[in-house]
Amino acid sequence: MDDELGARLKVYEGRAATLTGTGRDPVNLPMIRHWCEAMGDTNPAYTGPDAIAPPTMLQAWTMGGLAGHEGRAAAHDEMFALLDEAGCTSIVATDCEQQYLRPLRPGDEVTFDTVIESVSGRKTTKLGTGYFITTRTDIRVGPERVGTHRFRVLKYAPATTPSKRPQRPSRPRPVVNRDNAGFWEGVARHRLLIQRCTSCAALRFPWLPGCNNCGGPDWDTVEASGEGTVYSYVVMHHPPFPAFDPPYAVALVELAEGVRMISDVVGVPYDKVRIGMPVRLEFRSYDEELVLPVFRAREEAAV
Amino acid sequence: MRAGEELPPLEIPITRTLIVAGAIASRDYQDVHHDAESARQKGSPDIFMNILTTNGLVGRYITDHFGPAAVLRKVAIRLGAPNYPGDTMVLTGTVEGVDGDTATVRVVGANGIGSHVTGTVTVTVPGGAR
Repeated sequence: MDDELGARLKVYEGRAATLTGTGRDPVNLPMIRHWCEAMGDTNPAYTGPDAIAPPTMLQAWTMGGLAGHEGRAAAHDEMFALLDEAGCTSIVATDCEQQYLRPLRPGDEVTFDTVIESVSGRKTTKLGTGYFITTRTDIRVGPERVGTHRFRVLKYAPATTPSKRPQRPSRPRPVVNRDNAGFWEGVARHRLLIQRCTSCAALRFPWLPGCNNCGGPDWDTVEASGEGTVYSYVVMHHPPFPAFDPPYAVALVELAEGVRMISDVVGVPYDKVRIGMPVRLEFRSYDEELVLPVFRAREEAAV
Repeated sequence: MRAGEELPPLEIPITRTLIVAGAIASRDYQDVHHDAESARQKGSPDIFMNILTTNGLVGRYITDHFGPAAVLRKVAIRLGAPNYPGDTMVLTGTVEGVDGDTATVRVVGANGIGSHVTGTVTVTVPGGAR
């Protein structure tokens, strides 16, 4: 496989990731104490009037923290955006190499420059496939270099699927409102109800507040016999919606009463659904809450 | 201080508290170091220790042994098996070489699932060449 992304990432080698970043805080005793508490480090060199900072805190003084990094160069953000777009959204640090030229003391104000030292080709690891990015940060106090921090991260697409992925998503729920509640109450009792205008007797489906023939607001219902034919259909290949496995047929069924409704044709492969195919109503339970009217291809229609 | 000298092991219980406290003390707010649900969504079974905490613990291991006068010159580490809560990491070290009062120490931190960290520390111990 050619590694087009790897080639695009390679051009960032040698470019600045941060230009003259400034530590958020001067080296200070409270942060030193918090660090020592976390690490369980009781070294007396880190307390008292002549305290130095634990040398391994070097990078901590350069961290952006929750507020994020200031002074990051465009190259850094561009490169990470490329990786994110390619699905390499996870990051793990793999190597840290620090050199300490002189101890940091409370009051020291650090500045730092980070350069993207190298970008690996595409690598597959136990965690997933991605790219190792090595940066080098020179840390200064005033003009004096006090330390160097070389850092390698793997930016990768996780190999394992998330362990807590929900089960198959359930089918969308119908939107029930006061104009169509009667229909869904019927479905719950396994009855397919069609609205009938009490002024002109026109049947209508789907349910509406008024007659689309005479405008009459009053209605009653008739129960569908359940017989119908496929009036038209489409086969869905794309896009895939959660809870649906393409390809599948979506049919416009003409009921014996004359109204048409959109539904599933079941009991027949998607590519055997045909216009004019006789179908019969049945009710199918999809989960504990959802019952939908569907149409089964009649035996004699089997091809 | 002589080549071949072995440092006494240091056992570090990997608690959730240590992982979170270390991440925050190093100002690392990546959610995989404090939010178990986010860590799982990223394919990890749980939160895990960040590299800067590991680095700090390796530094502590060396200065604990050589004393407060010891000066760390260089710490270079590589991570392997993650440190998850409930595990224990045992740090061991071997002096690989001595040059005057400066030693290089090979450090390994093993946890229940493998080798969490391998690395080399260069440390100067004034009067250490005894």
